[in-house]
Parts: sequence; C-alpha cells; structure tokens
Amino acid sequence: MAAGGGVVSAIVAQAGGTPGLGCKPAPDDLGTFRDAVDFIFSQRESVSGGACIGGFEELGDLAVSHMSVSIVALLGALVIALPIGLALGHIGRGEFLAVSVSNVGRAVPALALLAFFVAFVGLGFVNIAIVLGLLAIPPILTNTYVGVRQADPDTVAAARGVGLTEGQIVRKIELPLALPIIFAGIRLSAVAVVATATIAPLGNVQSLGNPILEPQNYGGAGQLGAAIVVALITLATDAALGGVQRAVTPRPLRAPLWRPRIRRTPLAVPPRTEIS
Amino acid sequence: MTGADVLAAIEIRDRTGTGCVAENGFCPDWIADNIDKYWSPLLEHVFLSVTSVAIGFAIAFTLALLAHRFRWITGPTIAVTGALYTVPSVAAFLLLLPITGRGNGTAIVALVAYTLLILFRNITTGLRNVPEEAVSAARGMGLTDGQILRQIELPLAMPEILAGLRIAFTTTVGLATLAFFAGGGGLGEQLYSERAGTGGLNFKSNVVVAGGLTVLLASFGDLIFLTIQRLATPWRRAVAS
Amino acid sequence: MPEARTPHPAVDLDFRAVTKQYPGADQPAVEELTLHVPAGEICVLVGPSGCGKTTAMRMVNRLIEPTSGDILLGGSSVKDRKPAELRREIGYAIQQIGLFPHKTIAENVATVPQLLGWPKDRVRARVDELLELVSLPPAEVRDRYPGQLSGGQRQRVGVARALAADPPVLLMDEPLGAIYAINRERLQNEFLRLQAELRKTIVFVTHDIDEAIKMGDRVAVMKRGGKLAQYASPAELLMSPADEFVEQFVGADRALKRLALQRVRDLDLWRVALVREGDPMAEVRAKIADSDIENLALLVDDQNRPLGWLGERELAAERVSGVGCSPPEPTVDTNDVLRDALGRLLSEESLYGPVIDGRGAVVGVLSMDAIAHALQTPAEDVPSSADLLAG
Repeated sequence: MAAGGGVVSAIVAQAGGTPGLGCKPAPDDLGTFRDAVDFIFSQRESVSGGACIGGFEELGDLAVSHMSVSIVALLGALVIALPIGLALGHIGRGEFLAVSVSNVGRAVPALALLAFFVAFVGLGFVNIAIVLGLLAIPPILTNTYVGVRQADPDTVAAARGVGLTEGQIVRKIELPLALPIIFAGIRLSAVAVVATATIAPLGNVQSLGNPILEPQNYGGAGQLGAAIVVALITLATDAALGGVQRAVTPRPLRAPLWRPRIRRTPLAVPPRTEIS
Repeated sequence: MTGADVLAAIEIRDRTGTGCVAENGFCPDWIADNIDKYWSPLLEHVFLSVTSVAIGFAIAFTLALLAHRFRWITGPTIAVTGALYTVPSVAAFLLLLPITGRGNGTAIVALVAYTLLILFRNITTGLRNVPEEAVSAARGMGLTDGQILRQIELPLAMPEILAGLRIAFTTTVGLATLAFFAGGGGLGEQLYSERAGTGGLNFKSNVVVAGGLTVLLASFGDLIFLTIQRLATPWRRAVAS
Repeated sequence: MPEARTPHPAVDLDFRAVTKQYPGADQPAVEELTLHVPAGEICVLVGPSGCGKTTAMRMVNRLIEPTSGDILLGGSSVKDRKPAELRREIGYAIQQIGLFPHKTIAENVATVPQLLGWPKDRVRARVDELLELVSLPPAEVRDRYPGQLSGGQRQRVGVARALAADPPVLLMDEPLGAIYAINRERLQNEFLRLQAELRKTIVFVTHDIDEAIKMGDRVAVMKRGGKLAQYASPAELLMSPADEFVEQFVGADRALKRLALQRVRDLDLWRVALVREGDPMAEVRAKIADSDIENLALLVDDQNRPLGWLGERELAAERVSGVGCSPPEPTVDTNDVLRDALGRLLSEESLYGPVIDGRGAVVGVLSMDAIAHALQTPAEDVPSSADLLAG
C-alpha cells in the first residue's frame, strides 16, 4: 500500500476527514460498466471509507503523472537509442546487436524488469523512468538501425562523392530517409511505455494504475474505470504518433488512408533478419 | 497470496540462520529450500502461454488463409487486431473481467487477442513472399489450389510463420506475468507478491527466481521455435552453405 | 495407370478462331487466332510485347479461358477437360523457371508423376532418366536444392520437370529468356537435339526473332491487338514477309539470317586443284584447268588434309614445293551453317575457304560467290534448324 497513499490522504484532508462529506457514497444501483463510467466522471466515497476517490480531477492528476513519467522515459530512450542506431546503421555494423536487443527486449517481461529494479535499485520517479526507458530502447534502436540501412547506398555514395562529411551524410541523407521507420519505432515504444506506466505505482510513482492496483480503496468500479481510461490514453497515443509518423513520411511512400496500414512492422526488422 | 503470507512462508522456511532473509539479501540457500513453490506458478505460466499462442495461431491462421483468398479481409483484420494489440494488457484483463469473470479463461482471451496481430501479419507476409513464379509454375503443371497451398505456399511461408510464432510466444510469456490481474495465476503473482514487511521492496531472492524463470521460459520457447524453423527449412541452410 | 506407361505420341494442336477479350480493354488480347501445329513440330509464337503471344499459349492449358473459339488437342476440345487434369498432360516451362525452392531437384522433377500417382520406384527411375536426358549427372544434383544450381542448370531442371510425365504437348514461355547469350545458344542447340529425339508438339513463345527462326519448324508472327501477321516456315518468313510489319520485325538483315538455316554441305562447292609436294607442274596446270578456281592450287598431304595455297609465284616452279605457300586458313566444316562459315571467311579476309569433312580431308572450296548464290535458294528448299539437327 505504499503507492497511492499520498493521493488518498490528500483527498481525505481536503474533505475534512469526515465520511460522506464532499462526495457522494458509491452508487450501488449501476451495472458494472456504468458504475465504472460514473467513477471516471464523478467523485465518490472510497471503499474503505473516509476519503473521496475518482472523478475527473483525481484521474486528471494521475494521468498527468502517468504521462510525465512516460515522456521522461521516452525522451531518455531517444537520447540513448537514436545516436547508437544512427551510428551502427551508418557504419553498417552491429546488425547482430540491433537484432539481439529487440529479441532480448521481448524476452524480459516488463513486470519482471520493474520488480527487479524495485527490489535491487529502489523506488521512485527516476528508477521507474529508467525501467520504462529500458523498455523503450529496443524498438527505437532496431528501427533506427534498419531505417538507416535501408537508405539507398547509391544516394549515400553520391553524397560522399559531392563532398559531404560523414556527419552531414547522416544528418542530411540517412536520417531524413529513415525518419518514417524511426517514427514507427518511437510509436511502438511510446505505446509500450504508456501501457507499462500502469504498473508504475508498484515503484511508488503515481499513475492511472493506482486505482487498478488498489481495489481495496477504489473498488471494482475504480479498477475498471481506470482500465478504460488507460486503454483510451494508449489508443490516443498510438493514433497521435501514427499521425506524426504519417506526416514525416514522404508523400509518395504514404499508404492511402482508407486502407489501414500494416502497423508496427515487427520492429520493422524484415522477417529474414528476425530469423537469424 | 498476500504479502504477509509470503513473508510468513519466507521466515518459516529460513533455516540458514544467517539472517539473509531478514535483511532481504540475495539468498541462494533460501532459493534452494523454496524452489518447490515456483513449480505450480511456472506450470500455470506455461499453460497460459502455450494455450494462448495455440488458440491465437488457430484463429490467425484461419484469418490469414481467408485473407489470402479474399484480399479485402486483410485491411479490416489488421485494423481490429492492431487496436487489440495497442490496449494495455492490464486494462484488457480488467475490461474482460465483468464479461468473462475471474480465471484462466479471461487471461487466455486477452493473451490470445495479443497474439493475433503478430501471427496474422507474419502468416500473410509469408504467403505473400512466396515467389510468384513457383505458384504459376505449379498451377501450370496442374496442381489444384489446395495442393498449391499445402505443397508450395505453406512450406515456403514457414520461415515467416515460425518467426511470428517466436515473437508471439516471447511476447505472451511477458504479458502472462500480468495474468494474475484476471485471476489467471502464473509467475507474475510471485513478482507482484506485494511489498509488505520488506521495507516496501519485494523480496530479492523471490524476484530473481520468478523473473529469471519467465526470462528462461521465453528464451526456451524461442529456442524451440528456432529449432523447428531450422528443421522445417532445410533448403535455406543448404543454399547458404 | 497403364496409359502413362507407354510414351505419349505427340498430337496435333489446333487454334480455331480463338479470341480473348479482357473486360475493359479497348482491343482484344488475342483476335481470331487460327493455327495448326502438326504433331511433333515446334511452333514459335513471336512478336513484340503486348501482342498476345503468351496469352495465346496460356489458353492451351486453360490458365486463361478464351472468350470465343476453341483449342483442340489431338482433335478434342480442351474445354471438355478439367483444367488441373489437362495441365498434367501438358508440359509447362516458363522463363522464371519457377522451380520450388524448398524441394530437391528430384522432388521438383517428380512433381507431375507424383500428382498422377506413379509408384515410387518408377518415379525415381524417371527422374534419373530425365536428368541424364538434360545432361545433368543424377547422382550429383538429385538431392540438391534449386538455390544450389547455376542458372543454366536450373533451366535444364525446368525442362526436365516439364517433360516428366512424358506429355504429348509442351508449352514453353521464353524458357531461355533469362540466360546469357553465350549459354543460350548452347541450350538452344541442346534443346533442338532433345526435340529431335522426343518429337513433341511444342508451342514456344519468345520475343526474339532470331530465337524464333532458330527454334521453329513454323513461326507465327503476332502483332499488337493479338492479330496473326504471318504463319510460315522460318525460311519463308525471311524470304517473303507477308507485310511491312513482318518485314520490319524480321529485320533488315533477314537475308543474313537465312544463312543460319543452311549448311555448307547443302551448297554446290567449288572444285579445286588438289596437289601434293613433288607433283610435276604440267599435271598441276591440268588440274587447275579442270577446277573452278583459276591460278590457285591447294597443297594437301597424303590424306588430303590442307597444307596451303599455291599462287602464281609458286606455280612458276618446275615441281610443286611447300616453300612459300600461304596458309590454308580459314577452313570450314561441312556441317557449319553458312552464317558461321561466312563469318570465318570475313575474319580471315579471304575469298575462299577449304571445306573439310569429319576426318579433315578437303571436299571442296567455299567461296563468297557460292554463299551469295545460296541466298537465292527458294524458301521451300531451306530446312529449319530442327531438321538440320535431326539430319
């Protein structure tokens, strides 16, 4: 019960510590899903009593915290994975590394990684951001590598021929050409991070996972309501980054809107590479 | 299992007398003594993963064969399975609870939903990548559509299909750590096992064993599918050598 | 199935006013095509891309269904057959070969026999027989995969596979299109030699007029819109193109192309004075007077093998001596086609070349004049390449 305690007690203080004040009792005449929706939109008394839970305001705070840790994790992952992916892709080495990272990444469950950190490293925002960041690295790294490798070698040779430095080739030729695939990787990572931030409360970081992990306070309605919000936020993240990915894709390469694109090409590693 | 139960179990079984458990260190002796208690979560985990991938494969394979004949099925299938894939697994387990109740069934339904996109996409990619001239030669020689599918297209799509199974299996093993939210058991329960009495931290030895077992399970499954892949595609090795 | 045990005799193939009109296309892919291919002959469909030649071929085994008209195999309509069964009786080879990469060479070749349910040992025997037929050592290639063979070897396997169930009819869609020019000529010759033995009815599609002339007993030139421009023997096509399109398609060098259809032995060779060292000059003069070449005699050894030409200066001596004679190059084999022989004369800048037989003995002299004369031979006297190889 370490996580979430802060929020609950804050609300208790606000409500004056008196049950029944400031919020209505939990409704008992609603179906499961309507109850959950009610939880999202209006405050109610907690299951254990003595506190107000749910409603737009609390979920909003939790969502802000949820997205904060996610964004920090994603930015961290970008700072690490992007340069490595660009460098490996540019020199054309490390295919084994790029592919292994994604294979190993898949084999380590998020919960196991989180539990490991909590047990051995510690709790808190930074640690959880590191866990989420570690999850975000493989897709970005692999896609950046693959994206750069897919840049037309003739174009690169021509650029070298007209006197661009290696750095300029990466920045002006390979990076722009790889951008759509890189963004596909970022999108994958972002969705994974936002989804996994749900279990951040295990590391003492507020997120939309609090109502899910504390049914003793939030009840079944809180669990389900938060699950709905988490699902919507993840789908929204996916859609938003899908829009960005589309925007950075040169027009001729775009898939038509009316035909749903193949999303998340398996880390955009062509199947032949994935096999080896 | 509550945190207190875990702690009780830990203390009762601590015969080492070194205080390792009380200090929440990494305790090989404790692990040796308590390895039994991981056996049934591991079996549950294996059951969840294998069943889900098997059911997911059956569904995705059927859909892929339909999409192979009727191209228009591909788009909607990818859209729907893609949305399923995006929903966070914890949310999916909870969203299913009111519909399917607590237990294995719910966990498997959610896990199956996650495998669909990966498997469907790899199977259709595999079928699409079959060299066109092999199919037209087969048709010209008088193989029926069914024979072309069984003798030519499916064997040639094998590498991609098995690559899909590898990804689906490792992903499912990972997601199944969260199945206990739906009452599905598995190794996740051990990893979660709350933090009561250990200063807010999980018991380290426990994390290492439970986490290690999930990673081992995922890697072992990966290895099995990789071996099948090698055995099922002798022509690739022959050509490479 | 006992009927598969005896070799299938080749059958006639007839296109009867066959038309293929695709919905939405402004002109038919094939229009009113009528062709008769006699049993055991190669009919080449040739024309620019989009002329409907491949479409026409694919209607024979019903990979494409005609809009109207009919195709008869041995007198009975292909429409009355189940497509899959029909195709098993028609050999099929395509440019991309389409070997199955996941099956061994033996399994590839055995495809149709297995579909027909042949017993195992018969299939195995047949596979080895076919691999030998296409000059691939069975023990070496049988258990290999297509990816381990060279392009030319794969092409042979493709042909072996098409022949596996001994089909009376063979369809070949640019089967040598992907082979480099040097190897292509060798494979063409090999294939013609094979056909001389097998005598199948073959429809052969190509866009290459040279290949058409070389491979065909009869050549059907098609033009855009699926119309048949001319259907004739290669020689006739070269001698008298039916219209301007055919004339242009055959090329400005059509006279030269005919040279590939005639062999040195078919020509009236010039007689030459054959002399040996030590012959008295009077005798030599008499021989020269009796020959077709003035002022030249050919010095030969005691087995009539050419040693050199004797010109005015050498003939001024009292007796023949080998000193100072010019080399007899180029020599031409009686079996060379005229095109190759002409090429040799040109590259040696010589007006004459001694013609030698299989043992190297001189049988006459080939001259530029003789070749020019040959170009006027009427078409019906010019054989096809297939006949040349068979003879």
